[in-house]
Amino acid sequence: MTDVLTPDPEAPRAVAAAGPQAAAEPLGAGGWKRWLLIGIPYLWLLALFLAPFAIVLKISLSQTTIAQPPYEPVLDLAAGWQGLVDFVSGLHLENYSILFEDEIYVASYLSSLKIAAISTLLALLIAYPMAYGMARAPRSIRPTLLMAVILPFWTSLLIRVYAWIGILNPDGLLNAFLMWTGAISEPLYIMNTETAVYIGIVYSYLPFMVLPLYSSLEKLDETLLEAAADLGSPPWRAFWQITVPLSLPGVVAGCFLVFIPAVGEFVIPDLLGGSETLMIGKTLYNEFFLNRDWPVSSAIAVLLLLVLVVPIAIYNNVQAKELGGKA
Amino acid sequence: MTIRGLVGACLAAFGLASGAVGGALAAGKEVRIYNWSDYIDPQILKDFEAETGIKVVYDVFDSNEILETKLLTGKTGYDLVVPTATFLSRQIKAGVFQKLDKSKLPNLVNAWPEIYERVAKYDPDNAYSINYMWGTTGIGYNVDKVKKAFPDAPLDSWSLVYDPANLQKLSKCGVMLLDSPEDLLPSVLTYLGLPPDWSDVKNVQKAADHLAKLKPYITKFHSSEYINALANGNVCVAVGYSGDILQAKSRAAEADKGVKVEYSLPKEGAQLWFDQMAMPADAPHPEEAHAFINYMLKPEVAAKASNFVQYANGNLKSQEFLDAEVKDNPSIYPTPEVFARLYTVPTIEDPKIQRALTRAWTKAKSGK
Repeated sequence: MTDVLTPDPEAPRAVAAAGPQAAAEPLGAGGWKRWLLIGIPYLWLLALFLAPFAIVLKISLSQTTIAQPPYEPVLDLAAGWQGLVDFVSGLHLENYSILFEDEIYVASYLSSLKIAAISTLLALLIAYPMAYGMARAPRSIRPTLLMAVILPFWTSLLIRVYAWIGILNPDGLLNAFLMWTGAISEPLYIMNTETAVYIGIVYSYLPFMVLPLYSSLEKLDETLLEAAADLGSPPWRAFWQITVPLSLPGVVAGCFLVFIPAVGEFVIPDLLGGSETLMIGKTLYNEFFLNRDWPVSSAIAVLLLLVLVVPIAIYNNVQAKELGGKA
Repeated sequence: MTIRGLVGACLAAFGLASGAVGGALAAGKEVRIYNWSDYIDPQILKDFEAETGIKVVYDVFDSNEILETKLLTGKTGYDLVVPTATFLSRQIKAGVFQKLDKSKLPNLVNAWPEIYERVAKYDPDNAYSINYMWGTTGIGYNVDKVKKAFPDAPLDSWSLVYDPANLQKLSKCGVMLLDSPEDLLPSVLTYLGLPPDWSDVKNVQKAADHLAKLKPYITKFHSSEYINALANGNVCVAVGYSGDILQAKSRAAEADKGVKVEYSLPKEGAQLWFDQMAMPADAPHPEEAHAFINYMLKPEVAAKASNFVQYANGNLKSQEFLDAEVKDNPSIYPTPEVFARLYTVPTIEDPKIQRALTRAWTKAKSGK
């Protein structure tokens, strides 16, 4: 199971080593096959990311209008070169300036980043002991524990979030339980607040944090800890100086897997949050469905992508250094 | 059983099934309908299939915005959709719909001229749409809880919910407002004595500012939760759609837990709205869609639909087939004096006004 999750650390090196050698070979019968193999992931990227992104980018430069589709200009291929000229001259950047004229958009981005960052931190604090416990558990029960982490994915996210409504409602399970134990006499109003959003996001994304942490903790060489103990290091120090640094790739991977989707989250704040909870997903929804302004909502999406590309680029950079350091 | 045997059995079963279906349904004839959720008596669809042999594929939505987005994207695959008239008007301008062929709708003679006249404001000459149901936006309240919290409450006025001093008294027992600026702000404008339309952005702003003042006393903005909340007694006042509040009333009566819900149409005037059946320009089965509209225009069928959903319809002849509790209920079929006080709200076409409205709404709700 762990082998599936963590690619053999040797594998990237093997690929890297094979690269120059293979390139040195004369382009024979195998040449086009290799290009085909390289081409498939690029084709995938082109068809499922770059092409849709180009369409969104194009709409973000258009103007809203009452038509089907509700924006102009629309590229008219039949009009030939003139059509293309008309199309390009009809594009403009006004939609992006709207995003900076009204503070709601910047406030939504910032609020989303804040909620995502706090959720990521909470998820890390909960997931690390979980993953540590799993990695230190007897080998025979590890697959069962791993299964238990993955199991919630078998139920639709929507249903799991709806279940939280039933738990957090003023007359829900949590309040009923707490009032029964006598811990509180008035129901707690958690539902429709930002706290509920945090609970929902941390709950939903916890497995994305646990799995990479587990895979990096699980392959940790225990003899290092034994050596540290032999040399007189107390356990907490061994943990802090050996375990934590060695699990860092898992921490980084887990944090990005939680942070990035949490920034753009819509369903959880919509169902659990109140009207005060400002998130960019909700603002984008209002722009698209209430204002019917596809161009401005596309501009929001493009900007959101830029906001997310920065952490992704950092992540890639860290990972490249990681591999480079090992090699 | 061998594979071949299995295939044979399946083919035989399929043959039998298609033979049986073929008897009832003409081959390949179908009509695809996209309507609001909980908005039809399922028996009507079965009766239509039995009578015409046209298969009905019936899907539902829960907001005009979702429907509009699908229509504007195009190629919905639906033959008949049911937008509210304020949305319909804009969609007609966007070129989303096709004109109806009135020669295929002989039952149109049953239509209620007064309703069609009002709808013509949105759909000139009623060229693109036929009324399905119409209703009002008013106040639903829990009779006993309101009496307890606020003995001399002005139940016949918007001041019940929009006067901060009054709302404060009701806030403890729960207040819900529709989460739809276009359906809620007209009533706030009416309370403030301003015209319930979108001609002046300043008025929209005033209404939203007023709403922001009320925010501390409002339990929640939501467009459907108030049905259960009223029926269970979780809130004591809600501004909502007539049929939904009447649904809460009947649910409360069924549950028999001492919750009594009533609907009030404020004396200052209230919004009148229409849900219209219209045919997308690229509808794959226009013949069958006309057949369905014509079927819905039969007086008995329209009455059956209204009896089920507790909304009034635009079919004058259907009134003799209505249940007494629907026909004689002034919350469903208002008296002529009340009807005269009901107003329609124009469609928003200027994107700048739309943006200002959404923005003011977000600000009123979130404080940002």
